[in-house]
Amino acid sequence: MTLVPRHLSRLAALAALSLICVAGAAVLPDDRADLFYSTYKGGGMDITGESVLVRKKFSENFAVEANYFVDKVSGASIDVLSQASVIKDERKQKSLSVDYIHDKTQYNVSYTNSTERDYISNTTHASLSQDMFGDLTTVSLGFTYSHNTVGENNGTANAPVISWLGHATSRSFEGGVSQIVTRNLIAGVTVEVITDQGLLSNPYRSIRFLDPLVPLGYSLGTQVYPNTHTSTAVETRAKYYLPYRAAASVSYRYFSDTWGIRANTIELDYTQPVSNKWIFEGRVRHYSQNAATFYSDLFPFAGSQNFEARDQNLAASTNNTFDGKVTYAFAPEGFLIFKRATASFDVTRITFKYSDFRNIKYYNDTPAGGGYQPGTEPLYAFDAMVYQFYISMFF
Amino acid sequence: MRASLKLVVVVGGLLLLEACSIQPWVKPYERDRLADPIMSWDRDAISGAYLDHVYESREGSRGATGTAGGGCGCN
Repeated sequence: MTLVPRHLSRLAALAALSLICVAGAAVLPDDRADLFYSTYKGGGMDITGESVLVRKKFSENFAVEANYFVDKVSGASIDVLSQASVIKDERKQKSLSVDYIHDKTQYNVSYTNSTERDYISNTTHASLSQDMFGDLTTVSLGFTYSHNTVGENNGTANAPVISWLGHATSRSFEGGVSQIVTRNLIAGVTVEVITDQGLLSNPYRSIRFLDPLVPLGYSLGTQVYPNTHTSTAVETRAKYYLPYRAAASVSYRYFSDTWGIRANTIELDYTQPVSNKWIFEGRVRHYSQNAATFYSDLFPFAGSQNFEARDQNLAASTNNTFDGKVTYAFAPEGFLIFKRATASFDVTRITFKYSDFRNIKYYNDTPAGGGYQPGTEPLYAFDAMVYQFYISMFF
Repeated sequence: MRASLKLVVVVGGLLLLEACSIQPWVKPYERDRLADPIMSWDRDAISGAYLDHVYESREGSRGATGTAGGGCGCN
């Protein structure tokens, strides 16, 4: 026998040993049906979202979840404002997810299709999680593959003419550990590495560069992105059950990628139930990032470097979120076939500030550019309000 | 090489056997608080996925939030 098979057989023995610890069984969550409505208003964009979700167990160890989500966009973001066009689009997302439990292992497979008239995305996801060490620890591993077809509308909002530009693929590897620490405290860590390849730029966003030949002093040009991108995100979190039946949680995420972006996210949540009918929740979140290495608000001339971007998502920015949510159980003891039914209303305010992305909405003013020299325009900032309303029925 | 591999296998095996003998310091009957719905990480899946999408569409970072989805990120 060679070394390699013996090595493998020992690894197999180790794996078997690790499974000896398993005893008992995991449990699937309750059946539920949700009706969801949301509105987003901010940065010149109005977006409404409508969704239906149904989750049904067909046995104690097999469940199926189906979700349909439609969002409709209208308005004009700062990007399209600077190019004199408006957006009107609709995205339809369908997903189907299957959960299967065997002993203490939960398997999940899901498929998602998202279709806009200028963007089609198909995503396949598979994951498993394993309860171990007396159910104090849950280890999970996941893989996601996404294939996207990228287009551009060269027509108008009402008479679109779509040019298909190319493809992008994405592979995601995720691992996580969730740990019961005490009878009041649970903590976890998740790591996700995502790698993309293909056409990765947003065709509706442009670079701008100094152009002394035009009255504005600058012109717009096509962004040039690398065709590969790899990112790593690590999130740690903890949730604590307070002595008077309430919960507080904290999470921190660090992000870095091969485009030079480093980002930090910290979030605090508080949940306060009142009787068996009401749950009040508050959340604050702070996010900050630096700019990608090939980002600039204003390039000295077109083609001044190999890769050029002026996508606000790649600019140095911060944003802060304040979120309040109330859930009311209008049928706490259930009705008909339902064990319980709740209605939730969530209000979220997000303030976005950019430190190297300038507001060029004055491009059409007189004098040219509103009198601003290129690169001296006010920094861009906007507030967004998000409202969500949904009804959840458990059966 | 062979000796170090044997050492890893033996130590790893012992650690796993030791892990099997770990008595859960939080007993199943002590987990009523952790089983309370308010302790769930993601009580409302649609809402959580929707807010993740709002952030991912406007930030340069992504991942480690447990969301699998698609779209151009324009919405």
